[in-house]
Order: sequence, then C-alpha cells, then structure tokens
Amino acid sequence: MATVTALELAKKQKEISVAEFFERNKHILGFGNQTRALVTSVKEGVDNSLDACEEANILPDIYVEIQNGEDSECKLIIEDNGPGVVKKQIPHIFGRLLYGSRFHAIRQSRGQQGIGISAVVLYGQLTTGKHARIISKIKPDRPAIMNEIAIDTNKNRAEVLNEDTIHWDKPTGTRIEVSILGDFKRGKRFVYDYLQSTSIVNPHAQIIYREPDGTEHVFERICETLPRKPSEIKPHPYGVELGTLIKMAKHTKARQLNSFLKTEFSSMGDRTTNAVIEKAGLEKNLNPKTMTRDQFLALHKAFKKVKIMAPSTDCLSPIGETLIKRSLKHETQEISPEFIVTASRPASVYSGNPFQVEVGLVYGGKLPKDEPVKLLRFANRVPLLYQQGGCVITSAISSIDWRRYGLNQPSGKGIPTGPAIFLAHVSSTLIPFTSESKEAIADVPEIENEIKLAFRECARKVQQHIHKKVRRAKTREKFDLITRILPEIAKKSAHMLNKPVPVLDPIITKIMDVVWIEDAVEYEEVPRPMVQTTLTGETESMEKKGGTITKSRILVVNYKQTPQKFNLYALIPEDAIVGTVTPKPSKVTDRFIKWNLDTIPSASKVDVYFELAGLEKGDFDENELYVENINPAYVIGADKWEGD
Amino acid sequence: MVKKDYSDVISKIDMIALKIYNDFLKTEVPSIDLPTRTKANIRFDEKLNVWKYGNNTTQRNAKSLDGAYMLLRTMYMADFIKEMIRVNKSSTLREMYYISEGWDLAKFHSQQESNLLAEDLEVITKCMREDFKLRPEEDGARVIGNLTIEEVTRNNTKKKIHCQDDVGDAGYSIPYNVEPEKITFKSVDADFAIAIETGGMFDRLVENGFDTTHRAILVHLKGQPARSTRRFIKRLNTELNIPIVVFTDCDPWSYRIFASIAYGAIKTAHISEYLATPSSQFLGVTPSDIENYDLPTDNLTKEDINALKSELTDPRFQDSFWKGEIKLQLKIGKKSEQQALAKYGLDYVTDTYLPEKLTEMGILKK
Ligand SMILES: Nc1ncnc2c1ncn2[C@@H]1O[C@H](COP(=O)(O)OP(=O)(O)OP(=O)(O)O)[C@@H](O)[C@H]1O
Ligand SMILES: [Mg+2]
Repeated sequence: MATVTALELAKKQKEISVAEFFERNKHILGFGNQTRALVTSVKEGVDNSLDACEEANILPDIYVEIQNGEDSECKLIIEDNGPGVVKKQIPHIFGRLLYGSRFHAIRQSRGQQGIGISAVVLYGQLTTGKHARIISKIKPDRPAIMNEIAIDTNKNRAEVLNEDTIHWDKPTGTRIEVSILGDFKRGKRFVYDYLQSTSIVNPHAQIIYREPDGTEHVFERICETLPRKPSEIKPHPYGVELGTLIKMAKHTKARQLNSFLKTEFSSMGDRTTNAVIEKAGLEKNLNPKTMTRDQFLALHKAFKKVKIMAPSTDCLSPIGETLIKRSLKHETQEISPEFIVTASRPASVYSGNPFQVEVGLVYGGKLPKDEPVKLLRFANRVPLLYQQGGCVITSAISSIDWRRYGLNQPSGKGIPTGPAIFLAHVSSTLIPFTSESKEAIADVPEIENEIKLAFRECARKVQQHIHKKVRRAKTREKFDLITRILPEIAKKSAHMLNKPVPVLDPIITKIMDVVWIEDAVEYEEVPRPMVQTTLTGETESMEKKGGTITKSRILVVNYKQTPQKFNLYALIPEDAIVGTVTPKPSKVTDRFIKWNLDTIPSASKVDVYFELAGLEKGDFDENELYVENINPAYVIGADKWEGD
Repeated sequence: MVKKDYSDVISKIDMIALKIYNDFLKTEVPSIDLPTRTKANIRFDEKLNVWKYGNNTTQRNAKSLDGAYMLLRTMYMADFIKEMIRVNKSSTLREMYYISEGWDLAKFHSQQESNLLAEDLEVITKCMREDFKLRPEEDGARVIGNLTIEEVTRNNTKKKIHCQDDVGDAGYSIPYNVEPEKITFKSVDADFAIAIETGGMFDRLVENGFDTTHRAILVHLKGQPARSTRRFIKRLNTELNIPIVVFTDCDPWSYRIFASIAYGAIKTAHISEYLATPSSQFLGVTPSDIENYDLPTDNLTKEDINALKSELTDPRFQDSFWKGEIKLQLKIGKKSEQQALAKYGLDYVTDTYLPEKLTEMGILKK
C-alpha cells in the first residue's frame, strides 16, 4: 500500500479559482436557479445604487430595464444618478470578488460583503459568455468612462477588454449592463415585488422599471429628504472576536493598552477602560503589539465581565414611523385599508452591534380575510424576498398570540390569518444574516425580542382602534336617539297635549351619560415661499419645512349629568412642528400636547384645536387621544393616559 | 246608528302622551309599561272565566334606539287615531301601514310591526281596536242557521237578514264590526252552534242540511278565527244562550283555534272577556276519535310534535281532557283531518259522527 506523501499532496494543493468557488456556492449567493439569479442580479445592482446615492447625498433616481434575449438570456440594465466610480476602481469593483468599501466600515448600509455586483458580472460571464459593460461618470464637466469587463476566473482579477470615453447626459452616475441566464417569466413577479418593497422602505428614491414588453412601472418618490446619514462607529468590545482583537492590536498606532482600548473601540471611557484592564489582570501601559495570546484571551474575557455602555446609535438610519406610514399608505392606495399603524423601538444592541426595529401594520380594506397575512421583511432598507420561514421576523410574529388582537391563528401560534399586511424593518451595522445571499435574519434573541415588542405595540394600537370603533358605533346609535328621535317624541307629545315642547338637555345627559370626544383632521396647502435672500438675512423657517399644515379639531362634549374636569392628551408625530394650539396647552413635548381643561358644565362642549407643520398630507390622519383624572369608562373617543 | 262616544278613548290615548310628556319634565327616561304578551304571562281570571295577561310588564323606554323608535311610533299612531276619530273615518290596518310611510322616522318596516303596535295600544289603553277606528282587512266568516240579524248598513238603514232564507249557500258574512251599534240579534230558533274550521266541512254540513235536521247554527271559522268571528260567537252564546261546540281537524294548530275561542288568544288576552266563550266545548276531531273511528292519518311532523309539547306547558291546556288527548296523540304519533270522516261516506259525518259526539256531550238528547 503506497502512502501518500506531503509532496504528492502538495501537487494537488493550488489556488481554487473564483469560478469554481462560485459554481459550488452559487446557491448561497442567491444564484441557485434562473429565477433567483434574475432577482438577485437586480437586487445587487439596485442596492448598490441606493447605497452610493445616499452616501453622496443624492436623492436616488434609479432606472432598471430587463430585455429578453434568445432562449432564456436576459439583458439587465441598472442605472443610477449616484457619484459614479473612479476609473481605476471600475475593474476591481465589478470584476473582483470580495472587493468593496463596506466590509470594514461599522455603519448601516445595504452592502456589507463586497461580493454583490462582481458576483452578478461573474454569473453573467459564466452563463452567457458575454462581458459586462459599465458606464460611469464622476463629474458633470467630465466625460463618462465606458469599460467592458471580463473576469479572469483563475486570478480573480478583472480584464478590461474595451475602454472608451463617451458623452453621457447625466451629471454623475453609474450604468451597468450585464447579460445573464435568467427566467423572466417566473421571476417577473419577484422582480416587481422586490422593487415595490424597496420603494416602500426607501420613500426618498424614485425607481423606474421597464419590463421586456415595454411595460413601465414608476415607483414615485414620496419624500424629498434623504435619510439621516449614518455615521461610522468603531467596534464595540462586546462584538469583537478574539482574532479581530489581535489583528487590531497589531495595526494600532497606540503604544499603550489603555489608549488602544480608548481609541479603537466605542463606548470605552476612562473608567470602563481601567475596569477592563483590571479585570483582565493586565498593566495599562502594556504595548499592545507585544501582548501574548494569553493576555489577549484575558482581555477578551474581561470585556464580557464589565458593564460597557451600548454603542451610540447614530450609526443607524431607521426609516421613521411617519415615513413608513406614508409609504404604506401610498403603496396600498388601491386596497383602501381601514387603517395603518406603526411602532418603532428604541435602538438596542446584540453582541456589541447596534440595531433597531420598526414595524408597520396595514389592516382591512380589500385585503383577503381568509389568507395568511402578508409579511414584508426588510433589513437595512432591503426587502427580503426568500427564506421567510427561516427568518427571525417570521418566528417573532409567529410566537405572538394574535387571537387576542382580532386575527385568526389556529392554536395561537404561527402566521395569523386575516386582512392585514405586516412590515418589519431591522436596521443594524451588521445584520446577522443566515447566509451570504442575505435573505433571512438569524434568530438572535435580542432582535427577536425587539420585533415582538414592536409588533405587540402595533397590535395594541389595532385593538384600541377596533375597540374605539365598536364603542363609537354603539354610542353613535345613542346619538341618533338623542339628536333625532327624542326631540321628535317630545315634540309629538307636546303637540298632542297642546303644550310647549319640554327642555331636553337634562334627559339627554341622562341617556348618554358619557363625555363624548370627536375629532377631525384637515389639511391646508400653503404655497412654498420663494427662497429669497433678504438684506436682513431673515428666512421663515417653519414654512420652508413643508407645504402642508395639518389641522386637528377635537370636540369634547360633556353628556354627563355633572360638570367634568379632566386632562386631555393628543399624541403627535415626533417629526411634526406644533403651530397654533387652543385652548392654551399645559404642556407640549415632541410626543404629545396636554391640556388641563377647564370644568365643562353638563350638556356643554369645548373645542380643542391644534396645528402641525412639517408633515405631508395624510401623515397624521387620526388623533390618538388620552384622558387623565376622569374615569375612562365615562369617555368615548379617548383612552386612559398611562403616563409618558 | 248609535253615535258612539269617543271622549273616553281620546282621554285614554292622551294619557299616553301625558305620561311621556311628564317623563320629560321630571327628567326621567320616557317609558311606557305594558303587560308582557307571552304564554308565560297569562293567568286564568276566575271572575271572567277567561285567560288574561298576568302582572308581568314589559317596559318600552327611550334608553335604546329600538325602544325610542317604538315610543315615537306609538305617539304617531296615537295621534293618527285621534285624528281619525276627529274626522269620523276609519281605516284598515293595512291602510294605516301605508299611511305610516309618511311618518318619517316613525315609519314601520312591515305591516306585522304596525299590527303588533296597534295591539299594544289596545293593551295599554284597555280600548278595543274598534274604538280606534281600525279594522282588519280580512272579513269575518260565514253563518247559516235559523237566526235573524239586524244590520246597520253603510247608508245608515237597518236591514233584517234571516241566515237561511235571506242568504245563499255561502251564508251570512260576518262584518268586521259586530258590536251592537252595527248588528243586533232579532230572533233565533236553534239548539246549538257549531264552529267549523274548514270550508270543506262547512259546505258538507250545509249541503247535508245539518242546520235544519239538527237545529244548528253553522259558523265557518276560516282557520284561525278573526276577532269579529270570535266576538260574534261570544254574543251568540251570552245574548242568545246558544251552546257552542267547536269542530276542527285533529292537530295541534286546531287545538289553538279552539283555545282562542274558549279561553282567549295569547295575542289578545287583554280583551279575552270580549272575545272568549269560556263555555264552548271541543267536539273533535280528537286523538281518541282517530282510534275509536279508525280514521285515516298522517304522521306528526317535527313542528307538530314541538307544538304539542309546547301546549303541554300552555296554561290553557292544563285540564285532564287536554292533557290526556295531547299525550295520547304524542304516543300514537298521528294526526287526522275533519274530512277524513268521508272514509265512511259523505253522509257519515252528519248522520253518525256528529250526532254521536253531540249526544255524548249532552247537547243532543237521546
Ligand atoms: N452604483 C454604484 N455607484 C458607486 N459605487 C458603487 C456602485 N456599485 C458598487 N459600488 C462600490 O463598489 C463596492 C462593491 O460593491 P459590491 O456590491 O460588490 O459589494 P458591497 O455592496 O460592498 O457588499 P455586498 O456584497 O453585501 O453587496 C461597494 O462597496 C461600493 O463602494
Ligand atoms: Mg452590494
């Protein structure tokens, strides 16, 4: 029996070509079949375009076109108005796997691995033999660069086959054209869904999509401001792995352990740093470059033993409740839903990575009543289309007992059934995907918990809404009674007896026996003032914010037999600016307006009014009212104030 | 015609309006109480010998939307009745239903609703429908026998009618108003009156000349008898001393026909003393007759069985005769019809069955 020597083995040891790597892993990367491949290709291109535009502070205008070639060959065109890519980088970005700008940055972005777009180019080359064409323009006064790129699959390097400068009307931007094998017939629905969903969570983007037969879909921009730019943060000690820690120490400019910890990590102040070093049993003036493995191990363990503040969360860029609601409203217009509610959780942390959960719920209208609710899952503003079953969003929703909130759910577990759409958005500096194809979020307990809390809050709002509706309908009947029928009875009896019509107020309060609160919301369009520089340099700051004033009128009627005095709260969206308020409020915060109402005599009413600016029409369409210092059972149209 | 004095009716109607009006003044939720009109709330009145409403009352009040609508409709109907009295007109229940179309919020959704409310008004005011100038659209039933009636016709002339000589085979038709201001009995020569459920059997007895051969007054009930028919029978009995026997099919629904004649109907228990003839007797067809005469039968349906069971708890059927017969019928599970007697020939009913039964009851002497 011949033994295999190391020498013989060495003959077989060689670099694995990216082509082979891709071929083996294409399912992990989202190219498992021709349908998926098509959707993934669109997604990688559009995600990159959105990332690039936001980074460059440009409102994204994205154009997607699919052309049908022979057999199942598709030509895919994705064009944006982003910053473009400098000439030198084009081959690397589009022709080299694992090359990107996001992998090392701790900040919320869609791309995180540096695989995305080059994988598309490679897939195209492998399946059609055709080369990708990239056009990029980085300055308005410079011509655009056109590159035709092929990937040398043995070297994982790009070959530039053809290079040219061309004229392009766009001030800046990137256009890629790739031919791939893709199944448009099957993939059609998914591409549409992906783009529509993308538009829901990216209300600041306009996407135009042209299908092979010429059909054009326009997903409009419904918000003119870019999301707040997430800032980059340093790694948090809780999230760093031992290997990374050693590598960081090797490359640091710091010469002492304490300054290394303070400068290279987030949330490490003097006190925390000292506590960590002490716990690790190390000296603070140790040179990080000469530390031993055991010392690193002690340090790594010490991190977990000390309470370290959560990382700052301005590295995240959530969408915001107002925008989620506006988007959902825009996209569900045809369904004419009964209501849309949203909830947003404060930022939280899992293994040192900040994350934040926002959810929305669309209810009623033309949505089917006997089908499972539709889930819209998003991670860092990217729709997740596949692997719903393996996603933490799904498991979080499934573990809530929705029967309590008026939806059907056999056995109180699983995806509920009913006329609803659930939206969940997780933003994080590092989304813990279950695989490289980024389609499902792993079940991290902290994330699952936040999703549950957010949906519970939504569900409570739904419940409140339904409850309010039922109570209102009941009281509405009484209203009918006291406003229409009772006066008729009184009139008729007086008429038959030839006597004066009796006074009704006392009996009305006796029958109603509630405080009735009714509200209406109106909008007034105010013209946007010209931007004009005056000599004094004055500008009207409020009007510039937006063209709509939201006016909310609340009518409070005391239909009780005794005078009533209580406090009223109206919730307002955080991003609204409060204008005129009458009567004089006792408190205004960014979440609510509070009134200590004067005593309302029996059978009398009070008008409450407030104005909000900085919102679009429809952002605020229903008051959420709360009362305090009165038995909430006496009140129709407002709930008990539970405190801020 | 005796000009009727309606001032009492008007003041009773005004009482309703006054009650409501005063409720408003006293800050009380307007309401009207009336006896509960269900089987559970009828009591035997020893003095009158009929079944009347008991002490349970139902309140109609303006706390609920439905209650308020009821009150409003009550007021409208009351006012309408006053108006009819004032202009000396009357209307049918159906006409009133159509007139109520113009009552705006107070309009009815079905005639059933307006009929029920008219009855409620009777119950509340203790007046009769006739006092309200309301009449049913269906006419009363037919009568044949040696009886002379004087009727005040629409031209206000008095007309004598002999219920054999002056009528055809269809008989004398009982008008909706059978009160003394409309008809009076002038003379009679008969030993008893027999109230018959079906037209077919009435015609059989007419054709066989049973009224003359057995000195009987034949009254056709036309199914569940109209008020005027029951009132007519009552007057025959009390004013002319004519014994009443009731001859129906053999099923639970027919027993209710008898009960409404003898004891008063649940729906009209407020005026039982006007309508019911406590001394009337049930002749047949009884469940025992099915066995004794070996009559052709049908099986009881589910509804029949339920109706029979419900009669077992109906206070009007608590005597031993009815309990025995109903239990027997439930046991044999069969029902039969009057006309099943034709099994033995067309004359069997007049020659054999009726004479036998009437003798048994002591109406005919041996
Ligand atoms: N349309 C574009 N405009 C400007 N820069 C782009 C564009 N597309 C890609 N880039 C740059 O190319 C890099 C590589 O993109 P690629 O999609 O391969 O990886 P990624 O987006 O960083 O991560 P992922 O693999 O998760 O998509 C990006 O990080 C970005 O810097
Ligand atoms: Mg990417």
